[in-house]
Amino acid sequence: MSADTTRPAAPVAAKGALARFLDSDIWFSFKRSPVTIVAATVAAVLILSALLAPLISPYDPFNPATLNLMDGFTKPFSESMFGNYFVFGSDNQGRDVLSTILYGSRISIFVGLMATLFAMVIGISLGLSAGYVGGVYDSVVMRIADIQLSFPAILIALLIFGVARGIIPPSQHESMAVWVLIIAIGLANWAQFARTVRGATMVERQKDYVAAARIMGVNPLRILLGHVLPNVMGPVLVIATINLALAIIEEATLSYLGVGVPPTQPSLGTLIRIGQQFLFSGEWWILFFPAVTLVLLALSVNLLGDWLRDALNPRLR
Amino acid sequence: MVETLVKPAAEAAATKRPVVSVRNLTVDFPLRRGNFRAVEDVSFDIMPGEVLGVVGESGAGKSMTGSAIIGLIEPPGRITGGEVLLDGRRIDNLPPEEMQKLRGKRIGMVFQDPLTSLNPLYRIGDQIVETIRRHLPVSEAEARERAIGLLREAGIPSPEDRIDSYPHQFSGGMRQRVVIALALAAEPELIIADEPTSALDVSVQAQIIKVLKRLCESRGAAVMLITHDMGVIAETADRMIVMNKGRIVETGKVGDIIKRPKQDYTIRLIKAIPSITDPIRVHAAPAEQKALVEVKHLVRDFDLSGSLLDRLFRRGGGKIVHAVDDVSFSIRKGSTYGLVGESGSGKSTCARMMVGLIPPTSGEVLLDGKDIWQAGAAERRRKVQMIFQDPYASLNPRWRVGDIIAEPIKALGLASGRSEIEGRVADLLERVRLDAAAMRKFPHEFSGGQRQRIAIARALSSQPEFIVCDEPTSALDVSVQAQVLDLMKRLQDEFGLTYLLISHNLAVVRTMADDVGVLNKGRLVEQGPVDQVFDAPKDEYTRMLLSSVPDISKVD
Repeated sequence: MSADTTRPAAPVAAKGALARFLDSDIWFSFKRSPVTIVAATVAAVLILSALLAPLISPYDPFNPATLNLMDGFTKPFSESMFGNYFVFGSDNQGRDVLSTILYGSRISIFVGLMATLFAMVIGISLGLSAGYVGGVYDSVVMRIADIQLSFPAILIALLIFGVARGIIPPSQHESMAVWVLIIAIGLANWAQFARTVRGATMVERQKDYVAAARIMGVNPLRILLGHVLPNVMGPVLVIATINLALAIIEEATLSYLGVGVPPTQPSLGTLIRIGQQFLFSGEWWILFFPAVTLVLLALSVNLLGDWLRDALNPRLR
Repeated sequence: MVETLVKPAAEAAATKRPVVSVRNLTVDFPLRRGNFRAVEDVSFDIMPGEVLGVVGESGAGKSMTGSAIIGLIEPPGRITGGEVLLDGRRIDNLPPEEMQKLRGKRIGMVFQDPLTSLNPLYRIGDQIVETIRRHLPVSEAEARERAIGLLREAGIPSPEDRIDSYPHQFSGGMRQRVVIALALAAEPELIIADEPTSALDVSVQAQIIKVLKRLCESRGAAVMLITHDMGVIAETADRMIVMNKGRIVETGKVGDIIKRPKQDYTIRLIKAIPSITDPIRVHAAPAEQKALVEVKHLVRDFDLSGSLLDRLFRRGGGKIVHAVDDVSFSIRKGSTYGLVGESGSGKSTCARMMVGLIPPTSGEVLLDGKDIWQAGAAERRRKVQMIFQDPYASLNPRWRVGDIIAEPIKALGLASGRSEIEGRVADLLERVRLDAAAMRKFPHEFSGGQRQRIAIARALSSQPEFIVCDEPTSALDVSVQAQVLDLMKRLQDEFGLTYLLISHNLAVVRTMADDVGVLNKGRLVEQGPVDQVFDAPKDEYTRMLLSSVPDISKVD
């Protein structure tokens, strides 16, 4: 046999998926970055505790039966006059701040994830098709993206939110609020994805493996989804992570402005809005703990995104 | 001739001391998965006025040796053993600032891509004058005089006018001459040329080789010429070293090594190199006389007048380039048609029109008498396949090899059921001499030659009759090239395949093709049987092409 065929391939092939991951460059760069490990731990703790909120939160903040107005304004790490212990204190209605944070981050993270997913789907489909088709279609899509990027995302989200409230009957406002918020934030953020995917698609489109598929008559949709999409997902993943932090902050901003989720299911932004009313009267903890949670969540997710960008960039390795 | 102010090279020549001597050089790269030894125990001398050729396949450590001499090894790599002496003084242990002073002044450098060696924002004259004045005590006006002289020596016509041009105003070959003039500006004793002609067309390559050689002779500078192309060494160098896996395999006079290689590795290497004087190919199954593919008056224009908006506002006057201009030829069933030409000659455009990737402006491509752009479009998808130049780009990195090879089978509905498809893929892998287990791996787990075999297996999977091969081996090392060409030949005879072989490498075409066509600026200037075109070329361009090919048969 020839020298070329006998050359052994990488030994990695024989191992299982987990072993392969533990051996990969991504895991290696993760292990070597203490900041990333801390960020990942913080993000994991926050997300997990939000997910498990019904199981781990000490009180149910939305059950009026368990609330006692006389518990209101209890200081952190102290017991109320009725013997309830509040780690992060309680708010004006006697709700446990820790529990509201746990339930609040649940909504914040859900809205952030769904909005990012929505932006991703729109951005990827428009970016892929624009990059592959080119021509007038590409110009129109990308000019719309340019126009949108010249406005602050929060302004666009506000606009969409306003329009949606005008369309939906008032009786549905409360129940639809979360979904309207998701669509508003998603539509405000698709342009980033579209731009990146379009650029990457234009590069991949020129490659010979796409030419080979075209020669054998594979239809364009299959080429886009089967060949091009998997190869442009790297940068999309990075943007998605950074966008998740952004979407969480945008949701908080909208809720803070009072146009987000209703106070009956408060998100972190709503909690901050409620808390800031008491900041100057000395009850700092009602604002402080939700705000710190929001900062930690956004910062840790952002740091993870930064690390992922560097880890996936071969030039920085 | 420019008057020389300092003559260290000439002094060294008088004393017969080597300009550079490398002693037991070892370069290590401490990597994550253990230490990688890029260069191991390499020793050689270069005398004044001598051209030393360094050849080897990719990863042989030849460029790394050059980088080690000029102190530009990328971290984490470093010299872990041995020493480098420049004119008798050790330089490998100099601090970086000292080393930087040597580069440009005593050691000149010429790299593969002339664009990266020149600053695009400065006039070439300014760059040369700056280099001269940094290293030699002369006035601005004197330096400019010298720069003009250097450019003239490097073969730039009317250098007085061209000295104030920017790099982008020169063609690739002219730019490389400017780089050579720049490398010689400070009268270095040693010039390190790393693949100086690999990015250039053969006709330009021949001129650059001559310029480099003449300048070294007239100035007594030593040259270390690093290249993968044995033909270039055969025409340029006096002595050569052959490297493999970081070690020197063989050293000696160029003629001796090429004609009488001693080491096994060198013998195999020399044997794998095709030559334009090789005997032409004899088919196991002779080709038929009937034409399978006919190309008739094929034309392709490209509109270079910019974007849609520009075109709307400028109105008319757009620039149109005739990439392929009235090309006609036919390919006999079971034969190989070689299409040769320099870059920009339209050979790849031709290939893309023949496989259905870009539509022709006018003219037709007939397969079995049917136009592949009209009635024969459906048939074309099965009967025509393509093998690409770069096996790294032609296989989707996210797909398993089995899926890659099965794609034509699935797209064309040639087989159904997982086991049937898998059986076919295994059979195809065996035909290209790969293990059937390869189907579960990803392309990055294979070497360049193995990937090209996978690409060939994919092309074969639709059981085509006609395969267009666009530079199928130019991204591969010579020994791998020989294996891939050999495989292509065997498959052709086995399946009665018809090939269109596109290559800039005339020697490859000579050993593979039955008929050959020569393209120049989109026009077919000459065609005929291989031996006729190669041995008795009629067209002037063909003659020029053949005489400028650096070939191992041209060694003295």
